[in-house]
Amino acid sequence: MVSFSGSTAVAGIGATEFSKQSGRSELRLAAEAVFAALDDAGLGPSDVDGLVTYTQDANDEIAVAREVGIGDLTFFSRVHYGGGAACGTVMHAAMAVATGVAETVVCYRAFNERSGRRYGRPDPGLGGAPSSLGLEMSWHVPHGLMTPAAWVAMFARRYMHVHGATSEDFGRVAVAMRRHAATNPAAWFHDRPITLAEHQASRWIVEPLHLLDCCQESDGAVALVVTSAERARDLRRTPALITAAAQGSGAGQMMMTSYYRDDMTGLPEMGVVGRRLWEQAGFGPEDVQTAVLYDHFTPFVLVQLEELGFCGRGEARHLVADGGIEIDGRLPVNPHGGQLGEAYIHGMNGIAEAVRQVRGTAANQVADVRNVLVTAGTGVPTSGLVLSAG
Amino acid sequence: MTAANPPAGVPDPDFHERLTALAEKRMAAGEVYGEAAADPVNLPMIRHWAAAMGDANPLHTDAEAAAAGVHGEIVAPPAMIQVWTMPGLAGPAGRPESAGSPIDDVLAALDAAGYTGVVATNCEQTYDRYLRLGERPVPATRLTGLSGPKRTALGEGYFVTWNVTWYSEGERVAEMLFRVLKFHPGERKTTPDTRQPYPLGPAVNDDTAFFWEGVARGELRIQRCADCGELRHPPGPVCPSCRSAGRTYVVASGEGEVYSYVVHHNPPIPGWETPFAVAVVQLPEGVRIVGAVVDCAPAEVGIGMPLRVTYRQKDDNLILPLWVPRET
Ligand SMILES: [Zn+2]
Repeated sequence: MVSFSGSTAVAGIGATEFSKQSGRSELRLAAEAVFAALDDAGLGPSDVDGLVTYTQDANDEIAVAREVGIGDLTFFSRVHYGGGAACGTVMHAAMAVATGVAETVVCYRAFNERSGRRYGRPDPGLGGAPSSLGLEMSWHVPHGLMTPAAWVAMFARRYMHVHGATSEDFGRVAVAMRRHAATNPAAWFHDRPITLAEHQASRWIVEPLHLLDCCQESDGAVALVVTSAERARDLRRTPALITAAAQGSGAGQMMMTSYYRDDMTGLPEMGVVGRRLWEQAGFGPEDVQTAVLYDHFTPFVLVQLEELGFCGRGEARHLVADGGIEIDGRLPVNPHGGQLGEAYIHGMNGIAEAVRQVRGTAANQVADVRNVLVTAGTGVPTSGLVLSAG
Repeated sequence: MTAANPPAGVPDPDFHERLTALAEKRMAAGEVYGEAAADPVNLPMIRHWAAAMGDANPLHTDAEAAAAGVHGEIVAPPAMIQVWTMPGLAGPAGRPESAGSPIDDVLAALDAAGYTGVVATNCEQTYDRYLRLGERPVPATRLTGLSGPKRTALGEGYFVTWNVTWYSEGERVAEMLFRVLKFHPGERKTTPDTRQPYPLGPAVNDDTAFFWEGVARGELRIQRCADCGELRHPPGPVCPSCRSAGRTYVVASGEGEVYSYVVHHNPPIPGWETPFAVAVVQLPEGVRIVGAVVDCAPAEVGIGMPLRVTYRQKDDNLILPLWVPRET
């Protein structure tokens, strides 16, 4: 099997500030993040020949190229399925670089998700069109089951029933993320930790999820520069080598509503991603020092720990209860505070954090980081990365 | 509860429960006698009524012809039965048999809650015998039904049904079922025959139309492969087991149980009152289906709860298969 493991790297990261109202267009946010990432890498727009983003991003590659002053593009691609695209953008970029289709590819995600269209709000158009997605949604939306929190809550309730997890087990994830964010100056919830009691007292969004089980909504943008490992070594920053990159979808997969599989307590698509990552990396969960797990809703952080092999089925709550996911725990998860604490940039800010952890420059730096696992959106076809110190 | 859409514009969230409790009390009270006819059955009133209705039957107005007929005397037209006990202008206008009856306070409660519109939807009379001159029938009223709130072309409302039985000389002479719709006139549409379209209607195509056609007929249909027999929900165009595009369906028993569920609180969902419960329902046929659980408090829903399908009209074109608790 041809492998690109270790042959490509993330050479630069950039972001705008994370806010609730950016006060500028999404295209401008995208351009600012791309400039910042190129500056970080020590490259210019003329070095870029590829662009990748999410299918949900409103900024076309050609528009970003025009604003930034990027000339010829030999590679442009989009990754589908909402936040599940995050690590997939880096995978596409790495494949393009590894195969010689492009030399330097920038991945970006930019939106005014808080001040513009909010994903947490019901969209009556979801079940309206007879596309495959519209028909899929049409089994759920007419019953009022139409927000991301509600879709995840359905899995969470079953998980609680089967494994004996409680709302407090979910709450401990939120508390840990907010504790990490409290000491990250870039986080929206910098200096604002929460207690488990506050989690329990926060209002219901969709039972069994409280408000504090749901990530925030943010305006902002993040961009990443991917190039060959060889080239990256000559640039300004310590490269974060792309040791493994994978996308995954499972049998019976749906968008957020895979309720018709045998089991509703797992995330089989994340299992697919995990197996591919460990296979490419040539090591397993015991060899990563920190993980950035997609945390739009707390219950799926527990399920990911299980799917990725950090603990057995149904055991994640014990790992979390013992402080295992905190900075000094067995597996520090989301040292930046995750999307619950730092910002919701559809998983892209988590990849930037993984790069900082590899470089040793994170606000909440984990000691002796050699490998970092990163995951993308859960409940949807998803993706993952293992980034390593060169 | 919620998914049954408590009355729009009604500030009192407990109204439905109070109304239902009142109606149940009145129904339990059974038959309540009213005032006997103010005037005995008499020829002048029969003559006026017959003239107004164009009833030329001499048995009702011509003493000689009547004497020679089957009754041997003048008898009142049976359809006049309501006339004899109709209260005068001093009585509750528009509610002929209700004076002191068990329906008064139910109708008054609806008025007070804004359901001031009224339209009679059913009137079915059956007659046991003819009334003779001089008889003074006595009405007895019993409340027999209350249903709603329902969305109707006139607006949201409740159907109230009662039965009136008339007795005379110790025997039953006639009976009537009467049903009215008490509705919120404020909701009346400019085009009275169309409801507000339900905002969350499903997309339907060739692969899913059979399901929705079934729902419209009160059937919960599960796709069945015409070749290998595999059941499948949600349905699709090609059997994943044998590649057959031959499709048929079975009609599910309509029973199921909660496999998982949520209670939605925030943000508001168009067409629904929060909180409301939605479940993944495991059917005994072996497939799962998603549906809202109605007619029960969301807090009472739990995994394993037995359910039965019910069909609820959401607008002129859409009926949704929802779920209600099932006694076991
Ligand atoms: Zn088949």
